[in-house]
Amino acid sequence: MVDWDRVRLHVVSGKGGTGKTTVAASLALVLAAGGRRVLLVEVEGRQGIAQLFDTAPLPYEERKVAVAAGGGDVYALAINPDEAVLEYLEMYYRLGRAGKALDRMGALEFATTIAPGLRDVLLTGKTYEATRRRAAGGGFAYDAVVMDAPPTGRITRFLNVNEEVGTLTRMGPIHRQAGSIMQLLRTATAVHLVTVLEEMPVQETADGVAELTAAGLSVGALVVNQVRSSPLPPPALAAAQRGQVDRTALRAGLERGDLADLPSMTGDLLDAWADGLAVEVLEHAERSLLEQQERTRLAALGHPVLDLPRLADGIDLGVLYTLADILASQGVRGPDPRRSP
Amino acid sequence: MTATGGPAARAFDVDRMLDDPAVRIVVCCGSGGVGKTTTAAALALRAAERGRTAVVLTIDPARRLAQSMGLSELDNTPRAVQGVQGGGGSLDAMMLDMKRTFDEVVIAHSSPEKAASVLDNPFYQALSTSFAGTQEYMAMEKLGQLRAQDAWDLIVVDTPPSRSALDFLDAPARLGSFLDGRLIRVLTAPARAGGRAGLKVFQLGLSVFTGALTRVLGGELLTDVQTFVGALDSMFGGFRERAEQTYALLQDPETVFVVVAAPEPDALREASYFVERLAGDGMPLGGLVLNRVHASEVPGLSAAQSLAAAERLGDPQHALARGALQLHAERMTVIERETRLGQRFRTAHPSVAVVPVPAFPTDVHDLDGLRRVGSCLAHGG
Repeated sequence: MVDWDRVRLHVVSGKGGTGKTTVAASLALVLAAGGRRVLLVEVEGRQGIAQLFDTAPLPYEERKVAVAAGGGDVYALAINPDEAVLEYLEMYYRLGRAGKALDRMGALEFATTIAPGLRDVLLTGKTYEATRRRAAGGGFAYDAVVMDAPPTGRITRFLNVNEEVGTLTRMGPIHRQAGSIMQLLRTATAVHLVTVLEEMPVQETADGVAELTAAGLSVGALVVNQVRSSPLPPPALAAAQRGQVDRTALRAGLERGDLADLPSMTGDLLDAWADGLAVEVLEHAERSLLEQQERTRLAALGHPVLDLPRLADGIDLGVLYTLADILASQGVRGPDPRRSP
Repeated sequence: MTATGGPAARAFDVDRMLDDPAVRIVVCCGSGGVGKTTTAAALALRAAERGRTAVVLTIDPARRLAQSMGLSELDNTPRAVQGVQGGGGSLDAMMLDMKRTFDEVVIAHSSPEKAASVLDNPFYQALSTSFAGTQEYMAMEKLGQLRAQDAWDLIVVDTPPSRSALDFLDAPARLGSFLDGRLIRVLTAPARAGGRAGLKVFQLGLSVFTGALTRVLGGELLTDVQTFVGALDSMFGGFRERAEQTYALLQDPETVFVVVAAPEPDALREASYFVERLAGDGMPLGGLVLNRVHASEVPGLSAAQSLAAAERLGDPQHALARGALQLHAERMTVIERETRLGQRFRTAHPSVAVVPVPAFPTDVHDLDGLRRVGSCLAHGG
């Protein structure tokens, strides 16, 4: 069982190409299941969430994109840093005319050019605002917020940008704001790292865990995506891992499977197919051996490991629900409403 | 024009690119996780072993190049890679240290006292170490430096992941527009605006502006920024010129872009954006490297046939053959999907040369592995 009741913000990072957007969306669905409201936030401007949920590109506003099992709602927001600047200035500093002057004088350029990190400040700031927002009834507007975050290589710097800002601005509203964001990130946030069972992604995950921990940020789960189960009987897999495949049995199987009756089939071709399948079995065995090694390394990092299967047909909306169910079966669930303040 | 055969299926002649003495810079771009760093290292190694004096620059913070080249020490200066074979060529490798590169730029462009005051400025320290985007500025600066050093006849550059593929192109232009921008003029107004027409309106805007900025940021930060920008003002004439030169370098025929992708929808979409952007900016594209393409030892046996055969093998004595046929069916399904995605890209971009590189069962982390990738790059898998 994974106890995430105190976690208000789930940050999903991972090496590029490991499927972190898919995992973030599935996590939002499982957290929302049973009547909760969850916000899924995108910060990299790729419109990956819209593609995944098969909707038009998301504007800079919170929109309902899916209904979870048991009646919960998943909302999505693609944060646009340029629009976030003005909203942020208006919301926190009530700048009005001066805010417009800032815009006219190049505040957007300021944000994204002289200090590109301010972009990260705005992205984390907007996420913070949504996480802490109160509904009319006094409870939180969202039971949880899930962020499809920058990749593992940049995640610590991204989340820690407010620490920098806090140091830079020794007083004033930005200093206080930065402090509050770091407070949220340190006490009510879990960073989940998505990986696949390959050497470099696992190495990056290990590096990411070390960096996050050193920065005082909490690592949640290590999500192993695209897990393959082997269709080979365990003894045959073990033999193949030692380099042994029974070619005669493969050839017999091909015949028994009626493939010998194909019109263009010859004895030589059947031999060639049996040899070809043997090579594929050996490659599979080699890969599965490496995957076992990587799994051992991941387990040694000391954080809960969640598995999601490899899906041959690619990702669509239906698949997200399947993945959410698989996460639920491993103990992932939304916050207990009775414990919400 | 069809997707198969003819110009639509033009092969990417990697060796011709690497052997062409007129090609001095190869830039590897693409989204994260597609094997860009490995591709850059493999191209550089292959070029070196074909006689080029090559250097590979990686700006990825995850030290993946170090891993893939079996090197433990990669810092801000190029170091010779041991074990390069063949005659006449050589390979150096380096990893960008953005803080050190920025410091070097400051020191090279100002008096010792001024450099010291900039290096001590808290705003500069934050800018040069933790702010995203500085990496791209400094990568471009380092590329310019390496090219200016003229110690190598081929520079292979790796770029930061995902969005930053385009950021890499935009960084110098952004720097230029920043230095020309209104904000900079406002911040340095006391020094620059004297005698300019329209000063009154400008000053009115300025007081509203700095008042607001002070409220938001706090007075000290604004002073730090003003001091920093004031110092930049005197030194960055040179830097801006260099940035513009580097951008021009990317448009020069001596530069070739190699776009790297994996046969996945997201990676190919990013590759499409990038290819279109290069065409729009008149930047030379060498071709697309399609990494991690799956292949089969039994291409004549389709996924459907294989599954049907597996289903006829309920008997436990055929468990191995049944499993092998299921594995093969999975593989063929992947291959069929990858082929569709690849064809879609070729149809949309018929003039782009493509080379597939197979998915290896194990990761590449030594020179032999890089050689194997290089050979696939040259011979199309």
